[in-house]
Amino acid sequence: MTLQPDMFRSLVKVAAEQVIASAPELTALDQAIGDGDHGTNMKRGFEAVLSKLDTISAQPFDEALKTIGKTLVMTVGGASGPLYGSFFLAAGEALAGKTLPEDLADVFGSGVNAVSARGRSHAGEKTMLDVLVPVLETLKADAGRDDLIERVRTTASEAVERTVPMQATKGRASFLGARSVGHVDPGARSSCVLLHAVCSTLEARP
Amino acid sequence: MNETVGIVIVSHSKDIAKGTADMVRQMVGSEVKVAFCGGNPDGGLGTNVASIIDAIDDAWSAKGVAILVDLGGAETNSEMAVEMLEPERRKMVVVCNAPIVEGAVMAATEAAGGSSLEQVRAVAEELTAG
Repeated sequence: MTLQPDMFRSLVKVAAEQVIASAPELTALDQAIGDGDHGTNMKRGFEAVLSKLDTISAQPFDEALKTIGKTLVMTVGGASGPLYGSFFLAAGEALAGKTLPEDLADVFGSGVNAVSARGRSHAGEKTMLDVLVPVLETLKADAGRDDLIERVRTTASEAVERTVPMQATKGRASFLGARSVGHVDPGARSSCVLLHAVCSTLEARP
Repeated sequence: MNETVGIVIVSHSKDIAKGTADMVRQMVGSEVKVAFCGGNPDGGLGTNVASIIDAIDDAWSAKGVAILVDLGGAETNSEMAVEMLEPERRKMVVVCNAPIVEGAVMAATEAAGGSSLEQVRAVAEELTAG
């Protein structure tokens, strides 16, 4: 299956809608261990992405990913703007000259590396990387398998739950020290929402 | 007058950013260019890349610009803003690892004496080392 423009448009649309719908949950999670703005920030950013859906859909995929990244950088208003923005900017950069789904792990991996560099963080520090890194590993290990989508979905869900006992050492939650233990990380959760939206859209394709 | 390093203050709160800039101006006068920004794109608490880029432009100096930030998102957004500048300007802007109010005052005082960007940054960051 080669990625078609119609499918790409649906992926962006559904992912944005799902993030917007999950804003209250993300905010509640962030109020527990952060500054309580993750939901409203992500909502603002993805509403801006939705408002540019026609432009984004008309662009080649690599340019479209960069437009999404730049839009998030300019509109989110919190650290998650540059973090998610860098993911899409780097993924767009990496996609040039590559094809999907064959090079998906490569492209996704470039995005993950950019998040890691921007946040000077790595997996295990109770951040979105605790979802993105395991998903990247699944994409590498299970590439080409018929049940890849289901595996990505499960990996993301399980990875979110694994952030609960973690102690945050990066981001706002790190100020809480041991008190960050026992809560789902909001960034891990928003990454999972995005990934699940992509999985559902791909599964529902005609 | 020789050009001095410009100072940019980035807080989640526009009031804190403005108050910090007021303090800096009272202490060093108008010989150092000071710009500030605060608030997310909707005007609530937060920071945003577009305003930071505007503030860098306002405080721009041939000697460079030192940015002082408050909490995590202000730092990440400031680093992103710097990366979105043209490559030749990018290396003339630094985000200081220093407390926002004390750092801004120390950085501006050092800048007023005509110091280099690296010296200005070092003086602001001494506050953290201590």
